[in-house]
Amino acid sequence: MPQKLVGSATIDVDAEGFMTDPAQWTREVAAAIAQEEGIAALTPAHWKVIEYMQKEFKETGQAPSIRRINKTGVVSTKELYELFPGGPAKKAAKIAGLKKPEGCV
Amino acid sequence: MKKIVILGAGTGGTVMANLLHKRLDRKDWTITVIDKDDDHYYQPGFLFIPFGFYTKEDLLKKRSKFLPKGVEFVICDIERVDPAANAVLLRDGRHIAYDLLIVATGTDIAPSETPGMLDGWRDTIFDFYTADGATALAAKLKAFPGGRLVVHVNEMPIKCPVAPLEFAFFCDWCLRRHHRREAIDLVYVTPLSGAFTKPVASKALGVLLEERKIGTVADFSAERIDAAARKIISYDGRGVPYDLLVTVPTNMGAEMVERSGLGDELRFVPTDPATLRSVKHENIFVIGDASNVPTSKAGSVAHFESEILVGNILRAVDGRPLEPGFDGHANCFVETGRRKAVLIDFNYETEPLPGRFPFPVVGPMPLLKPSRTNHLGKLAFRWIYWHMLLRGRPIPFVPARMKMAGKERPAGA
Repeated sequence: MPQKLVGSATIDVDAEGFMTDPAQWTREVAAAIAQEEGIAALTPAHWKVIEYMQKEFKETGQAPSIRRINKTGVVSTKELYELFPGGPAKKAAKIAGLKKPEGCV
Repeated sequence: MKKIVILGAGTGGTVMANLLHKRLDRKDWTITVIDKDDDHYYQPGFLFIPFGFYTKEDLLKKRSKFLPKGVEFVICDIERVDPAANAVLLRDGRHIAYDLLIVATGTDIAPSETPGMLDGWRDTIFDFYTADGATALAAKLKAFPGGRLVVHVNEMPIKCPVAPLEFAFFCDWCLRRHHRREAIDLVYVTPLSGAFTKPVASKALGVLLEERKIGTVADFSAERIDAAARKIISYDGRGVPYDLLVTVPTNMGAEMVERSGLGDELRFVPTDPATLRSVKHENIFVIGDASNVPTSKAGSVAHFESEILVGNILRAVDGRPLEPGFDGHANCFVETGRRKAVLIDFNYETEPLPGRFPFPVVGPMPLLKPSRTNHLGKLAFRWIYWHMLLRGRPIPFVPARMKMAGKERPAGA
């Protein structure tokens, strides 16, 4: 299992950089991963999405899709792309310390 | 007398009717299958309609022809399921009670989910996921003078995630054979980061796009389509112009699923990925594209699921615990043009890998590599589908659960 140094912490990750041990996740780790993903600072809007994703993962065992985030009214898809440019569902899941969303099969 | 009701007589529903008819005690159980019409299309053939290889009539047979005698077949729209009352309500007012229900209502395209898509529908925007769409596209392609042809995937998951790639590959080949390729610019636009969802296959299939001079726009999630300006616009503000757009619209489950309160945000039924039972209801099972299980939506998956599901339904009937037997196995031929195809074989845990199938070393089919044998396999599959798969007959050497033998993980993957 590959390991990776983010900020001052070492985390276990899979081949695509998703964390494999949720116990290693902290807000500092999240901020460090976010920086690697090109997000300089996590704002309250980012945290709203991250916390929602973690809650959803706990309940369903899966990271929510973009469509689900939009439908539950956390943020609109447009805002989600502004917060997490590129692939927002994947990026937000990575920062939230979740495994890669399963929607992609 | 107890009753099993199967909603949908497509691939999954038909196989289940055949398997259960053989294996359930007919003194105790009756089987009823419900569908809106009697038209069963061989859907993998839709890909070839736009290029004039098939007409839709070539791919059509009667659903009723593939259901065993002794199984009741009701043709009617389904209004909704009432899981609390264990009953199905039909559009014509009939109530059909069930002891066990199997949802096999599949998935369909939902172009209205993308603003602007319907503005250019079957004018400059076409699908090939429906018999009518593929037929309309055939006429359009024949008359298309040239320009920019964009093959587009709107949103994942979609039925047969390799079909749009096959379309691009096959289109390239047909245009070359007719000496029209120079006049047409081919571009592949996808919300994924590459050609496919899993890294090893994405790389192998990405190379095929490059070799064929098909441009790729990745990580592109369409917000809307400006049909007047002939442009797809993404959430992050990028625009892709087209002269002809061949799109795979958002795929959603049956509207009936939503009316019944059984679905998620895409109207797919939350399903236990290993037992194939509904997460919410003990006496509801799900097969094929209708479920939300994280594997490909494909006929091969419905076929593999059927072997596991029939065992679990017999267990449920006897009051025994279910077996978590389904591993997400999928097996797909990917037509690459030039009379060749790629074969991929994978499951929940193992991504498509190179190697040989079904036997190590001798194959005869290579995995993840274009070959003539795979192309012949794809063509032969139509016969296998009608004569073996739908009847619930096992396919020789291809068991329900994926085999690791013959597969090789490339270094560094």
